[in-house]
Parts: sequence; C-alpha cells; structure tokens
Amino acid sequence: MLPEAGAFLRYQGRRHLQVALRRPSDIVGPLIFFLMVITLFPIGLGPDPTVLAALAPGILWVVALLSSLVVSGRLFQADFEDGTLEQLVLSPHPLAISAMVEVLCHWLLSGVLLALASPAFAVLLNMPSRAIPVLMTSLALGTLCLSLIGAVAASLTVALRRGGVLLSLLSIPLTVPVLIFGTAAVREAALGYDPSSWLALLGALAAGGCVLAPFAIAAGLRISLEA
Amino acid sequence: MWSIVHKMGSPPWFYRFANGAIAWLLPIVLVALVVGCVWGLLVAPPDYRQGNSYRIIFIHVPAAVVALAGYYVMATAGLMSIVWKIKMADTAMRALAPVGAALTFVALVTGSIWGKPTWGAWWVWDARITSMLILLFLYLGVMALSEAFDNKAAAAKACAVLSLVGTVNIPIIYKSVDWWYSLHQPASIKFTGESAIDASMLYPLLLMIVAFYGLFALCVLLRMRTELLTTHRQTSWLRSELS
Amino acid sequence: MYFETWSAVWHMEGHGPYVWAAYSITALIILFLVVSPWLRGRQLTRDIRYDEQRRAAVSTASGENHAPET
Repeated sequence: MLPEAGAFLRYQGRRHLQVALRRPSDIVGPLIFFLMVITLFPIGLGPDPTVLAALAPGILWVVALLSSLVVSGRLFQADFEDGTLEQLVLSPHPLAISAMVEVLCHWLLSGVLLALASPAFAVLLNMPSRAIPVLMTSLALGTLCLSLIGAVAASLTVALRRGGVLLSLLSIPLTVPVLIFGTAAVREAALGYDPSSWLALLGALAAGGCVLAPFAIAAGLRISLEA
Repeated sequence: MWSIVHKMGSPPWFYRFANGAIAWLLPIVLVALVVGCVWGLLVAPPDYRQGNSYRIIFIHVPAAVVALAGYYVMATAGLMSIVWKIKMADTAMRALAPVGAALTFVALVTGSIWGKPTWGAWWVWDARITSMLILLFLYLGVMALSEAFDNKAAAAKACAVLSLVGTVNIPIIYKSVDWWYSLHQPASIKFTGESAIDASMLYPLLLMIVAFYGLFALCVLLRMRTELLTTHRQTSWLRSELS
Repeated sequence: MYFETWSAVWHMEGHGPYVWAAYSITALIILFLVVSPWLRGRQLTRDIRYDEQRRAAVSTASGENHAPET
C-alpha cells in the first residue's frame, strides 16, 4: 500500500458522499419507491390486517431487494460516463479497495437509510412491533450484501447499452440466500422466537461478501473499461 | 498433463481431437441411453409407493446431476480463460452454457411432470426443484451477459467472472434453500425424503447418469467444433484439413 | 421384463401419460441439442470445401492465362 493510500481513500469516500448529497432526490427517490411498492401489496392482496401481518416480513424484504437492484444500476454509471472510473482503474491504488469504498458509501446512503426508515413501512403492513429491531438489523446487514452483489453485477454491465435489466437478471439468483436469511430472521422475531442464528448467517454472508466481492468488482470494472 | 492442456489450447489440435472424440462418443452414448431407457422403463420393477411414475427418475436425476456439474465445468473453463488466457476456454464456455441450461430445463420439466401424479400438483416449491430453478437463472445470466457484449473477448472474460461468482454462491444458495424449505414445511411431510434405493433401480440410474455425462460432452464438443468452423473459416489449417 | 404386454407398457398402470410425456420431451430436447450443431457443422464444412474448390479453380485458371474469371 502506498503511503498516501489512507488519504486517498478518505478523499474518495468524502467525494462520493459529497456528490451524492448534492442530489437529494437520488437518495430519497429509492425510499419513495419502497413506500409506493409496499402500498401496492395491500391494494393487490386486500386490506385484511392478519394476512398482511403474516406476509409482512416477506413483502418488506422483497421490496428492499427490488429497491437495491434499482439503485445498484446507478452505482458506477456516472463515474463511467465522465471518465472518473477510468482514472480510478489507472491509479496506483488497489482497485479492489477503491471499489469497496464506493460500495460502502453507496450502502450508507441507500441500505442504511432503508433500514432506518423500515419501522414506518412495517407499521403499514401491521407487522408486530417486537420484530422491528430485528427488521432494522436484518435490513442493515442484508442491504450490505445486496449492495455488494449489485456492485459485482454493475461492474460487469456498466459498459453495456441496456445493462439495467441484465443487472437485475444477474443479481437476483445470487441474492436468494440473503432474502431467505433476512425473512427468516424477521419472521422468527415476529412469532416471538430467537432470530439470532439467522442474523448470524446474514452477518457471515456480509463478512464473506466484504472480503471476496471487491476482487470480483475490480475484475468486472477492468473488463468493462477495456470493452 | 500440462502438455495436454497446452495442446487443447491450439485450435487445429482441438479440431482434430473433437472430430475423433465425437466419432466414438456418438455410438457409445446412443447405446448407453437406449440400454438405460429400456432397463429403466421396461425391466426395473415399479416403486412400492409411487408406482410406475418413478421411472421418470432415470432422466430427471441424470439431467440434474449433469446440469449442476456442468456449471462447475463452465466456471473452470472461465478460470482457464482469465488466468491462463487460453482462447479455447472461451469457446468452451460459450458451448457449455446453452447445453447446461437445456439440461437444467429438462430436469425442471421432468421434475414437474413427476410431481403431478406423486403429489397432485404440477409445481411444488421443494428445496431441490427451487435450487434447480435458480441454477437455470444462473445459466441464463451467463448466456445473456455473453450476448450483451459487442467485444467477444470482453464478453468471455465477463462471463468467466460471473460464472466464478456463481460457483462460490451455488453451495450457499443450495444450503439456504434447504433451510428455507424445512422452515416452511411441517416436519411430518418430507417431499424429497431420502429412502434407500433398491439395486434393481440403482444400476439403471447409474448407467443413465454416465450416459448423460457422455451426452453432455458430446453436445459441448459438437458446439465447439461448429464454432471453430465458423470463426476459423479463413485459416489455412482448416482449409487444408477439410480438402 | 416387468410388463406383460405392449399395452401395459403404454398405460403403465395409469401413469403412462406422465412417463411418456417426460421421456418424449427429454428426447426432443436432446435430439435438438445433438442434431442442430451437427447439421450446422456439416453445412459449414460443405461451404468451406466449395470455397476451396472455387479458389483452386481460379488459381489454376489465372495460372494458364491471365483472363479474369467471370
């Protein structure tokens, strides 16, 4: 690692956050998308509170997954278009670590916010309030995994013309374990049981993802830039 | 062993190898499939619980096994393409994906047809079939990614990265779907129960599995040979080979 | 042989439609997987051989006299 590496990463993180915060609609938009799609479920399934309560963990998690797919498409797009991505790849700093910083900043502004806002949506679906802390934790850990998976797919599709749908196609099979563990944790908590084993599995996925995904992301970015 | 891998990387050598391999694989696979089917359909006794519908096992299980193994072969080819830059590995990946996807589809359709007389429904979300469906999605993703790139070399590298990521995920997906299924099912009913399989049914099943592996190799070699004929059309070695 | 008659083979004690549907769909897919690249390969080898023959014909013709091939 070069001596200026720490400073470079801090600069990169700060830049990403500053650029993102300059357009608040990009941050709030996905949350509004989440709200609107959640609203579709009672409309489609009927307003019976017991039915909604039973389905709430699954609905909240599936919609979180869809929101994460929507924002992943934008992860590298802007940087690719204005050439910043090329500079990042060409810089002497390890691309895997730069990519990880990008994903973490992206997650802070999408997944973490979603996790913090989730109690409101849980109330809409009549989910028992004892499950809400577990919902927030599972969403925080899970959206980190989803951001990493989305970043891998985004790195492979950023140079393609119609990469948006392809990104979803590539990501969705890989996100199935996250969905399973996340909904299991929330459902156990809603029923009053102990969700810790499911949360531990989510944590394991997040930890493994943080270690392995950056290399795949870096490889994907290099491939996209040479295409 | 390394010299063989090196030789396989050369298109002229591989072309001759493929021709030879196809020539003897075709009759062997044909015979194995016919013998296996006759054995499974006509000779083996019916199952105690399921009656004659269980005979679908002789195509469902081999297709599923080979489809899963095929994904790992595809990822290995991807690894060889990215790490050792072997061009034939790119061709192999492009040939493996559609064949693997087709076999996964066969496994799903035969599993679904088997499910109807056994459990009364055309589709049951049990752990294995759900995992097979996700495997199909993984294959389709590789195929879609390959089509989306204009630059063939970049497409091959991207598919290699994707299939390697998929390979790491397959055990995780399989295990998580297994747990998901046991969460939502009452413990008394086990759709995919492990019961000891009788020898009269085991042997035809093993034969069909071997036959399907041979079939897989045959289909992949045929596709690779066709691609060589297309892309190396103008080369002198191919022209002299054929005239 | 487990079954007594061909009719029994066809009906399979009520499970006939399922077993035969499964086997025939599989057979069709496998047939397609094997035949399609094989036929295409045959077509391509034929095309390449034809090209080679034409090329050889052109070179011998231009070797004898320098009239262009029409």
